[in-house]
Amino acid sequence: MAQRKLGRGVAVVGAGMSKFGAFPEMTTRDLFAQAFREMCATVDKGFDPQTIEAIYLGNYSSDLFEGQGHTAPLLTNWVGLSPRPATRVEDACASGGVALRQAVLAIASGAYDIALVGGIEKMSSLATEKVTDTLATAGDVLFEISAGFTFPGFYAAMATAYLHAYACPTEALLNVGMKNHANGALNDKAQFGQRIADIMEARKKSAAKKGLPIPTWANELEFLRDERANPYIALPLRLFDCSPISDGAAAVLLVADELAAMFTDHPLRVIGSGQASDGALHDRATFTAIPAARLASQQAYAMANVTPVDIQVAEVHDCFTIAEIIASEDLGFFEAGQGWRAAQAGVTARAGTRPINTSGGLKSKGHPVGASGVGQVIEIWKQLRGVAGARQVAGDLRLGLTHNVGGTGQTCVVHIFERA
Amino acid sequence: MDLARHWRLKDQRYRLEGTVCADCGAKFFPPRQVCLECKSTNLTPREFNGHGELYSFTTLRSAPMGFEDQVPYTVGVVKLDEGPMVEAQITDVNADALKIGQRMEMVTRKLRAQGDNGLIIYGYKFRPETKAD
Ligand SMILES: [Zn+2]
Repeated sequence: MAQRKLGRGVAVVGAGMSKFGAFPEMTTRDLFAQAFREMCATVDKGFDPQTIEAIYLGNYSSDLFEGQGHTAPLLTNWVGLSPRPATRVEDACASGGVALRQAVLAIASGAYDIALVGGIEKMSSLATEKVTDTLATAGDVLFEISAGFTFPGFYAAMATAYLHAYACPTEALLNVGMKNHANGALNDKAQFGQRIADIMEARKKSAAKKGLPIPTWANELEFLRDERANPYIALPLRLFDCSPISDGAAAVLLVADELAAMFTDHPLRVIGSGQASDGALHDRATFTAIPAARLASQQAYAMANVTPVDIQVAEVHDCFTIAEIIASEDLGFFEAGQGWRAAQAGVTARAGTRPINTSGGLKSKGHPVGASGVGQVIEIWKQLRGVAGARQVAGDLRLGLTHNVGGTGQTCVVHIFERA
Repeated sequence: MDLARHWRLKDQRYRLEGTVCADCGAKFFPPRQVCLECKSTNLTPREFNGHGELYSFTTLRSAPMGFEDQVPYTVGVVKLDEGPMVEAQITDVNADALKIGQRMEMVTRKLRAQGDNGLIIYGYKFRPETKAD
């Protein structure tokens, strides 16, 4: 593979997000404005938003979720940035990560010095079945969806193949959910600000209040094994293996590296960027890896001139628990078939040697699809700058990575950030 | 999906018709216009025999539109003897009895009712191979 370099350096100098969750009272505009305002407030030395030259917006399907298309100029106008060029990027759940990459490339090319990356999705206005159908359009509608597949179904088929190939017990998946909920409980922006244990206790209390028999789960694992508490959605995936339906927005300010010092003394340099594509699931030789993720990460590592062992904190695309395990292998953190063992052994926990999804991941933080890839950057920004609060990873953190997948891996985009 | 679109796909739906690359012999389902292996555009139709092995599967407890009345149902991926993978519903079997690697065969079944007018769409599903074959 040819080693590609950016034409010039690009740095993150501001990063903010709305809370992720279900917000029936808020519009897409409100959510985006919230993320934009918070991003502006994180620029250490302050800046005039009118110096932004272009906007790249990750948004999967405001059309189907809300009946509103053409969201990039609309939201650009809403935050007072017309007539700047406003470009919407759609690559399913990787829309945010690809929008980031487009802005990186635009600045690296010299076309702009200062660009805003946004991500937005408002999914909760639709009923769950309609959300499932909308997400399904990211698959092959003629030959996958028409057969009755859904996104939980795709990832469940990947899980079935993975469990079989690597003699992985189904319960190994539950560890990922428990870990990500434990992390999300420390994130005030997370949709689920609760550990599984908290959810469990709340259910017990609610049963007691209603005079119903009080469930006897002794621990999180027992709760997650209970078919009534944690029903199957698509075997072997249960409810708590799936990311939720979410509303949310995120915003990141990118500038040419040479200008970064005007904004902050602690920028994050974007030192690696990679992206790859693929066909539908039936075009893959294996379901136990996502080839586009392997390619995208190899490109990013080569550009950054680092190796997987150098990455100290990573936000990966855990739309389903199995996806995090496969991602941890695709990114080269673990050998094929070893990702589940690492998750089970606590290696990927906040205090482990390879922390993954300290934000709570899509599972607990929430998955407003077009915003997710941008939201990942906010966590890396916080971790590398040492401002992640109660969920701060210990040690001198210098390198972080984001991994954002569209569909079942038809798109994958990976970025590597270095604290300057 | 509209009925016209389904009708255009009838050769795939009813006969599992894909393509074979005249230059390198690679076989594809669904059919393609460019060979994924050698990038040739010299592809011709090829009907597959409908037999293969179960590569993976899942049982859905939550259904998309048009499939509500079938829940729970099982979908799977069958690796055809000729090579291509096909995503389809698995039928005529208790999902608990399914095993990765087992022999499967195509059958033509009702896929779902279409929209308000209740038109029924038929197409391929797969079931465990029967001995009579
Ligand atoms: Zn060929």
